[in-house]
Amino acid sequence: MTLLIEAEHLYRYYGKHCAVNDVSFTLTRGDVLGFLGPNGAGKTTTMQMLCGNLAPSAGQIKINGFDLLDQPRSAKRHLGYLPDTPPLYRELTVYEFLHYCAQLHGVAKNNITQAIDHALQRCGLTSVAKRLIANLSKGFQQRVGIAQAILHDPEVIILDEPTVGLDPLQINEIRTLIRELGQDHGIILSTHRLSEVQESCSHVQIIHQGQLILNESIAALKQMMDTGIVQVTTRLAPDVSLLSALPGIKSIETLAENCIRIHYSVVDNPTPRLTETIIAAGWELQELAPVKKSMEDIFITLIRDNES
Amino acid sequence: MTLFVIAAREFKTLFLSPMAWTVLAILHTIFAYLFLTQVETFTLLQPKLAVIENSPGLTDIIVPPLFGNAGIILLLVTPLLTMQLICGERRNKTLALLLSAPVSSAEIIVGKYLGLLGLLLLVVALVTIMPLSLRVGGELDTGKFLANILALTLLTAAFAAAGLYLSAIAGHPVIAAMGSFGMLLLLWILDWTTGVKDQRSELLEYLSILRHFQNLQSGLISSVDVVYFVLFIGGFILFSIRSLENYRLLK
Repeated sequence: MTLLIEAEHLYRYYGKHCAVNDVSFTLTRGDVLGFLGPNGAGKTTTMQMLCGNLAPSAGQIKINGFDLLDQPRSAKRHLGYLPDTPPLYRELTVYEFLHYCAQLHGVAKNNITQAIDHALQRCGLTSVAKRLIANLSKGFQQRVGIAQAILHDPEVIILDEPTVGLDPLQINEIRTLIRELGQDHGIILSTHRLSEVQESCSHVQIIHQGQLILNESIAALKQMMDTGIVQVTTRLAPDVSLLSALPGIKSIETLAENCIRIHYSVVDNPTPRLTETIIAAGWELQELAPVKKSMEDIFITLIRDNES
Repeated sequence: MTLFVIAAREFKTLFLSPMAWTVLAILHTIFAYLFLTQVETFTLLQPKLAVIENSPGLTDIIVPPLFGNAGIILLLVTPLLTMQLICGERRNKTLALLLSAPVSSAEIIVGKYLGLLGLLLLVVALVTIMPLSLRVGGELDTGKFLANILALTLLTAAFAAAGLYLSAIAGHPVIAAMGSFGMLLLLWILDWTTGVKDQRSELLEYLSILRHFQNLQSGLISSVDVVYFVLFIGGFILFSIRSLENYRLLK
């Protein structure tokens, strides 16, 4: 377990406005960390600080053991960064651009061709390698941005909204790529889409108003999502007190006279007992449908809890 | 070295767009016209000069005016070339690429500066070629000629350094261009007040870029003038590096 990123007590002020407030976390090899948050939460600011584009007002960042302020050159050598707007020189061809990036990142001369070919292939750019970046579609430009970030095989890859502007097929390809890279690198990606975090990340952090309000592994998060919900419709009004006495049922909310929502524990699923009871009592079961609780709910709940 | 990687990229990129070609073509046309006018003047004056003892020669009549005019034209053109250097990168969001790469601010600034200086040296070379053609039929005062080349080279390098700094601090390329043009023009005309009513300000005279340029042009290479240019260039490059470092802090 090598610590690839150690961020300690990061603060960042824009004038009097505090954009990032006491954020600390670590990233190890094999982690894919999803950075979630509403607009203006401080995701991009945090990422810019991690990449040395922005100096933190206070706090310390270490990349692969090198302090970003004291040894910027060694620290940045292990860093690949895709900003929210891909940094592309529009007048260059894809190949020329990647060649320049390889030189900037100090890739050894006799490895450059190989590194570029590898990145082109991984991002599905081989067919457009000789075209001008200015003439490429937005999706392809985004992929050139990703290629630029993984070109020099950095230990830490930071992607700010990598799937913006891609079509569903490309999004899938990029997710596969991220999972692949995640095996032997440390990756941070920011996104608005919660499904993306569920799909490709091993850890998730939710940032809101500059503060980390959640820092969990996806497995732990699934535990938090342990509560399942079913919606039950019967012809006659059921006796709520009788149902809530059943083992495994956490709470019941009444939506209408004959329609209730039951929150239960996934570990001890009470659905069979529930149906039995309803049928035995003669309320005539009409509908029993599971209500899916997604990360969206947790996200919204967490942000609401934080605000209240 | 990454510094030269950035410089080479900057230089090549200039030639990928029509910009460098346009600049070279237009400037060369103007220089050629100026050169021909000077040659014409010389042929008209030649019979009169022949009878005067210690009269100014071919080099004196053709080279300093040509290089002096080239200096004024470059004063107009350099701000347009430098305005995009840092400002453009910032506006196109490509600066992030350089800032997150293992490259220091000094390397970014000096690399960009050298890239542009490459183009400006080409312009100086184009000016230099024309008087050289006179060697076919006449004789050039090599010392004076070299002094003029040195003067023009230092002058353009100074223009570029000032332009680079304004490009690093300005938010918009036009502001950078206007700012550097204004500053350079002011430095150019700074000593025009001397001579009016016998007033003399040594400070203004020292600051005036024109005075140092003309001193060098006259063939008198004194360390005062060379040091002025070296300080000017070094100072503005240092300011630019500082401003780029500040950009990370303030942004």
